[in-house]
Amino acid sequence: MSLLEIERAFKGYGPKWNRTEVLSDINIEVEQGEFVAIVGFSGAGKTTLINLLSGLIAPDKGAARFEGKPITGPGPERGIVFQNYSLLPWLTVHENIALAVDQIFPQWTPAQRKQQVEKYIALVNLTPAAGKLPRELSGGMRQRVAVARALATGPRVLLLDEPLSALDALTRANLQDEVTRIKREDDTTIVLITNDPDEALLLADRVIPLTAGPNATLGMSIPITIPRPRDRKTIADHPDFKRIRLELVEYLLKSAHNRKTTLDKKLVLPDIEPEDISVSRPPFGWSGRRGPIRRSEIKTAEVEVEK
Amino acid sequence: MDFIKRYKLDSLLLPLIGLGGFLLLWLIIAGRIETRKTVDEFGDPVTKSVKTGISPDLPTPSEAWKASKPYITEPFAKRGELDQGILAFTKLSLSLVMQGYFIALIIGTPLGFCLGLSKTFTKAMDPITQVLRPVSPLAWFPLGLVLFSSVKLMDGGGKTVFGASDAAALFTIAVCSMWPAVMNTAVGVRAVPQDYLNVAKVLKLSRAKTLFKVLLPATLPYMFTGFRLSLGIAWLVIVAVEMLTGRPGVGGFLWQEYNAGSYSRIILCILTIGIVGLLLDRLMSLVESRFKTA
Repeated sequence: MSLLEIERAFKGYGPKWNRTEVLSDINIEVEQGEFVAIVGFSGAGKTTLINLLSGLIAPDKGAARFEGKPITGPGPERGIVFQNYSLLPWLTVHENIALAVDQIFPQWTPAQRKQQVEKYIALVNLTPAAGKLPRELSGGMRQRVAVARALATGPRVLLLDEPLSALDALTRANLQDEVTRIKREDDTTIVLITNDPDEALLLADRVIPLTAGPNATLGMSIPITIPRPRDRKTIADHPDFKRIRLELVEYLLKSAHNRKTTLDKKLVLPDIEPEDISVSRPPFGWSGRRGPIRRSEIKTAEVEVEK
Repeated sequence: MDFIKRYKLDSLLLPLIGLGGFLLLWLIIAGRIETRKTVDEFGDPVTKSVKTGISPDLPTPSEAWKASKPYITEPFAKRGELDQGILAFTKLSLSLVMQGYFIALIIGTPLGFCLGLSKTFTKAMDPITQVLRPVSPLAWFPLGLVLFSSVKLMDGGGKTVFGASDAAALFTIAVCSMWPAVMNTAVGVRAVPQDYLNVAKVLKLSRAKTLFKVLLPATLPYMFTGFRLSLGIAWLVIVAVEMLTGRPGVGGFLWQEYNAGSYSRIILCILTIGIVGLLLDRLMSLVESRFKTA
């Protein structure tokens, strides 16, 4: 039995007459101790997918299960690190994490809980900033607080929703190393959602492409056979790296190319009638030509556009 | 001009010019006493003093100052129920305002939370709130008198300490000043980012904990904006209420002076009301900025 699985799930938004199917036919299984990366385009429905896994939203059709039991709502056993940190701005770093720890471990003594908070602040190297408010921290530091808060509750699965995409390259590299270290030390199961194939290849055990939306679906899973520990400087030289990256990117690009989007295009010409040009407007249209379209005659045309 | 700019004197000079202009205008409009020498029907010379001017009854600034001086120099003097120093009146008015204001907050804040949290409740309450909000304090007061006509608290000596008019006064202040607090709280609750609520959901915080640990702190900045506006309105209402009840206070004093025909001190009352209102607003702004998050 998988730790976390989604089976034939569909999710769309909007009323019947104007509905956008975001995800269709999503199937994924995450095993205990695995690090799975899901790579997709922006706007493909990555956040919707992580919300399905966390239980913040329920699928329209299909099932989401955690340890074989249907997911009915979010819970602390599935810790989430949101894309936009979601720290409470009126609480300090310590208080933000303490809020979570106090809630999850009410049976512990205050000293134990304090120790737990401090342990995870130290894990993300934020001990000197423990008394600061989120607004006094940089983006990278805030994201580390969010990671510490999720980890401090001892989740069975850590769901990372593009946690590093808003950060600059250096901070990003640092945090990637920290995720690797945390994974090695705690052996948590991690699902990472990202738009960066290199990040997925550096961190995960296997990578699953999410095709472009609407009606995004998951492609087949590609195991990352590059041995650990992986070094960002040398990983690109590994023969498997190029193969997996190519396979992944080609799949994603192909999925985008196969898709044809229809656009409504309004054809409007300026509402003028040239006097000198003799565009005849015969009642019977014998020449097959006609005068310019006037604003009152606007037509809508459906155009197929290749993406 | 260079000199003025260098020492930033314009921020001092311009208000002074404005004030001077205002006083000049006052002086022009105000009545002057003219002594006219005429001859009466018997042929005797008579001196008559006549008030002339655009607004003959309006005292000049110096007359107003002369009449107001004892009330300012002895701000806490109590010569009679409706003849007290200006700060003594201010104190009386402020204490009434504070009582009414706190009633407004105690009722208004939970009401705002309910409106912000429940769409059903909002729809049910909307017609009532929309209609009641613009009603003037003068209209509420008689209803207060009717509502609380049986209220009568007496002290040991049989003197009424808290009667129907006191209850009606508090009611009027509370009902009029409640709305900004209600509306801002409701808007604040609706504006709480979904992210914060997701955090509460993931941690499975109980409803009470979500309210006190997430919703309330996230709404505080909005709430205090509402509280500040509410206090401003409460202070506006006090004058009307005191005029209607004739109870001692800045507004009551103003009305009494008008009825007594001594117009000089009306200006003093108006200035006092303005200054106290400004101070209250500044004070609440300080509190408000203290609660600004992120």
